[in-house]
Amino acid sequence: MDYSYETIEDILRLCQEEKLTFDQVVLRNEMNQFERTEEDVLAEIDRRLDVFEESVKEGLAIDSHTPSGMSGKQAKQLEAHVPLLLGKLAYKAMTYSIAVNEANAKMSRIVACPTAGSCGILPGTLLALAEERELSRDALRKAFLIAAGIGAVVTERACVAGAVGGCQAEVGTAAAMTAGAVVGLLGGNERQIAQAVALCFKNLLGLVCDPVAGLVEVPCVKRNGFYSVHAITAAEMALAGIKSQIPADEVIEAMNRIGRSLPAALRETSDGGLATTVTGKAIAEHVRNL
Amino acid sequence: MISIFDVIGPVMIGPSSSHTAGAARLGKMARAIFGEPITKAVMTLYGSFAKTYKGHGTDKALVGGLLGFDADDARLKDSFAEANKKKMDIFFLESSEDMGHPNVVKFDLYNGDDSHKTIVGRSLGGGLIMITEIDGFPVEVTGEDYAIMSLHNDQPGVVAGVSGLLGEENINISSMRVFRKRRHSDAVMMVSTDGPIDQATLQKIEAVPGVKRVMYFEPV
Repeated sequence: MDYSYETIEDILRLCQEEKLTFDQVVLRNEMNQFERTEEDVLAEIDRRLDVFEESVKEGLAIDSHTPSGMSGKQAKQLEAHVPLLLGKLAYKAMTYSIAVNEANAKMSRIVACPTAGSCGILPGTLLALAEERELSRDALRKAFLIAAGIGAVVTERACVAGAVGGCQAEVGTAAAMTAGAVVGLLGGNERQIAQAVALCFKNLLGLVCDPVAGLVEVPCVKRNGFYSVHAITAAEMALAGIKSQIPADEVIEAMNRIGRSLPAALRETSDGGLATTVTGKAIAEHVRNL
Repeated sequence: MISIFDVIGPVMIGPSSSHTAGAARLGKMARAIFGEPITKAVMTLYGSFAKTYKGHGTDKALVGGLLGFDADDARLKDSFAEANKKKMDIFFLESSEDMGHPNVVKFDLYNGDDSHKTIVGRSLGGGLIMITEIDGFPVEVTGEDYAIMSLHNDQPGVVAGVSGLLGEENINISSMRVFRKRRHSDAVMMVSTDGPIDQATLQKIEAVPGVKRVMYFEPV
């Protein structure tokens, strides 16, 4: 049996034809393509989930700034604050996502998902949800598979590098992977997972990559916090049965087209946007003279 | 099709796959190519590497790689102290010269006064790398698979000789490129294989008529 897929629609079709869940399709395809056993794939997922957990812990413990002075201690600050507006889950997801990106900025070990600049959204949100809802390791493995399946489609059909498609390709993909995974974790079906992907992506199209001083810190670190909440919003809508008028695959296609038509100055070159503000340039100068 | 572990992965030391993980792999590859203890390393950085290396920890990652650390080794952060312990002197130079790629590093590696090698490489993004020059000679080594690079005379039979030997050893060739400066002059062959090549086979390859020198690279 061939479980290979190129689009989200392919995955949905395989789910229906083979009476499988989204994560099962992704798992079976991985086993087939790379001739690996289920045990072997799940063990590797576990190793990455372990790094997810370690990176959240490391990020929350950071008590100094990066050499640039742009990040560090923010996750700690958020953890110490009692949320006044956000619900517990969204607040924790935001805090954990920022923690992972701060750990990344401080040269700790992280899992690129799909990139280093967007490495906080998936682990931060999944682990916050797992804590709040007391979810098992096995549930997290399934969420990992759903997220990876979504990310694989975007990687193959569009792009996930800021230098190619702007931040919408990096953080956008991370958020869409997360939105789908959250829907799966809360019992949504494969159609709702696809809806979450479409809703999530649609509402961040055009997001540019303009890192100050060329570093993965501003706006990246806090942006991971913002888009973990965005992912949760998309998941909530999908779980409520809200449908995107534009299907997920077409939204992904649109993201790709938009990304490739962005000017180079807004694709990780630090020649535009926040990077060329007065303060952005002053920080870049400071970094050069470190 | 892409593996789910390339989507959610690699596991790496932050902050940047090109400027940190790629830099560590370049260092590790340079160490392997040098193949001797490194007492002094001078690294010249170009382009974006030169502009942002302190913020990205590119310097620490390069040195960590020279010490043999992988891109996901937590010790990358403290590589300068490790280098100090191992009595490896490290120097960084920044150059504004255009090397035709944004992320380029040139290593000058020394083992005392005995030997010196110059190795140039670039970080391609996503942790992928390419060594482009060894002692002034153009190469293309990615560290993704097993590879040999031979310097030979442009004459009939060399390619068949080398590929034949690999075939006899049941080593499958995944890609192959041959290029030369001009007819009957120096030529280079890059061969990537699916598996490792043992020392005895390498010696046999070196003995193929026309072959002058063989370099062997393992994945990093």
